[in-house]
Amino acid sequence: MVRDVNSLVKYAIFSSAVLLAPLLFSGGYLMNVLVFVGINTLLAVALNLLLGYAGQISLGHAAFFGLGAYISGVATATYGMNPWAALLSAAAAVGLVAFAIGFPILKLKGHYLAMATLGFGIIVYIVFNETVDITGGPSGLSGIPNFDISGFVFDSDLKNYYLVWAVTLVTILLSANLVNSRIGRALRAINSSEVAARVMGVNVSLLKVQIFTLSAVISSVAGSLYAHTMTFISPASFGFNFSVELLTMVVIGGLGSVYGPLFGAVLLTLLPESLRAFQDYDIIVYGLLLVLITMYMPGGLVRGIHVVTSFARSKFASEVVKNAQG
Amino acid sequence: MLRVEGITRKFGGVTALSDVSFSVAKGEIKGVIGPNGAGKTTLFNIISGVYSQTAGKVFLNEDDVTGLSPEKLALRRMVRTFQNIELFNGLSVLENVMVGVHTRSRSGVLSCSLRLPRNLKEERSIRETAMDCLKFVGIEDLAGMSAESLPFGKGRMLEIARAMALDPLIILLDEPAAGLNSRETAELGRLIGKIRDSGVTVALVEHDMELVMDICDSIVVLNLGNKLAEGTPREIQENQEVIAAYLGE
Repeated sequence: MVRDVNSLVKYAIFSSAVLLAPLLFSGGYLMNVLVFVGINTLLAVALNLLLGYAGQISLGHAAFFGLGAYISGVATATYGMNPWAALLSAAAAVGLVAFAIGFPILKLKGHYLAMATLGFGIIVYIVFNETVDITGGPSGLSGIPNFDISGFVFDSDLKNYYLVWAVTLVTILLSANLVNSRIGRALRAINSSEVAARVMGVNVSLLKVQIFTLSAVISSVAGSLYAHTMTFISPASFGFNFSVELLTMVVIGGLGSVYGPLFGAVLLTLLPESLRAFQDYDIIVYGLLLVLITMYMPGGLVRGIHVVTSFARSKFASEVVKNAQG
Repeated sequence: MLRVEGITRKFGGVTALSDVSFSVAKGEIKGVIGPNGAGKTTLFNIISGVYSQTAGKVFLNEDDVTGLSPEKLALRRMVRTFQNIELFNGLSVLENVMVGVHTRSRSGVLSCSLRLPRNLKEERSIRETAMDCLKFVGIEDLAGMSAESLPFGKGRMLEIARAMALDPLIILLDEPAAGLNSRETAELGRLIGKIRDSGVTVALVEHDMELVMDICDSIVVLNLGNKLAEGTPREIQENQEVIAAYLGE
């Protein structure tokens, strides 16, 4: 129960931080970046369910993100569908795709699973590029409409910021519920010992496919949000590089923790922006920082922050004791 | 309760088990013993659905369960433990046992995400059941610890608690005394008796002869993949073939 109260307080703090952030950064460009942070957080949360909890790697998550974006984009820009309906249709379609490929792919383990998901990601990327008649090919798809609610159009970065973060915060809450439930325990059990999980009656192959599908559906929703906030999409945003970036966000943030993906997404999205001062050397500093974090914070940022705060606390406590004695 | 018929298992050219048959009666404690390499663990792996056999059949309550997966056998309330304990690291002691209640709970992905009242109620009952199982083996004071921080002996107890959470008809213990000191082994003997008294049939593979002779109602002896003898502890102790197999001719 105490743990529940604790996590509610944490959640409230994060939510209010998100709510108030625009007051501090009301500059045009930064607002746009913060919309990206929201979308990336959503994607990292999705990947964390699969990788952090169930322990199944995916190097093709950018494909689900891209499918969501393209299905949404084509359905609205080309066929005039309502953006909300497009978001739901895309999520359903991507869910079906993930469910269908999940059964054969998730029989594989470790490196082989990584290769298979990588292959899937590359195939989808090629399809985006080559089906020029539908997707517009490498030059992209433009004219995607914004979301609207009976006349209220989400046409500014600020409006989209609140839309994206509302979805992201709700998803964080739901995924936190999930991982602390019967299903979440079963997922973590699979991660630790598949054979013992099976002996306990966990239908491992089905549960893996279910969580893979859920993860893909959330990524698709992120893709739709992306398409309708940016109004322009091109294949370059959904390539292998982005799959790896998502993976990095989850690992750097902290595998298998509720807020890890948030920290990872914030860091990896804001870092390149804040390294502009290093000009051409920014990528070196970026790489160096990531190496340092993985070396000195093996549990990710979340674990690192925890260690730092408890160290500061014990230091503070001993100072107090010293002062009292002196 | 459990009957195996003509179980044979070959790994390439090696015959690990050859035509092994025996049965476990309801409510008894059955021991499976034999020198190293006799095929005891292979036999358990086949019965529990972890390995498949080359030939032979397994019956649970006269139902043919040959070749069923471990998760299907769990639904039929057969459970096992592992020689090198397989705990769920990253989960607390209590959460480990809560996974054991999996087959007795139903909430799916959606109701768990939304935390529906039905789900919360089920969660409470899972927690209570798991706590009862920890009390049953006597490690309820460790409930909040992380599983990987447990000493080996306590880990073994946790694995048994987790298996009991399934509300099994039969529990297979694969070398439960391995790695335990004499005090822990005595405690284990009492616990196994308590499990049987609670109405659960027990089958165990074990090297600790004192424990086996002490608690088993009947014993099967394997040697080099063949069944050498079967009988009460006294009969086995007096069996010349068994003595020869253990001492080496």
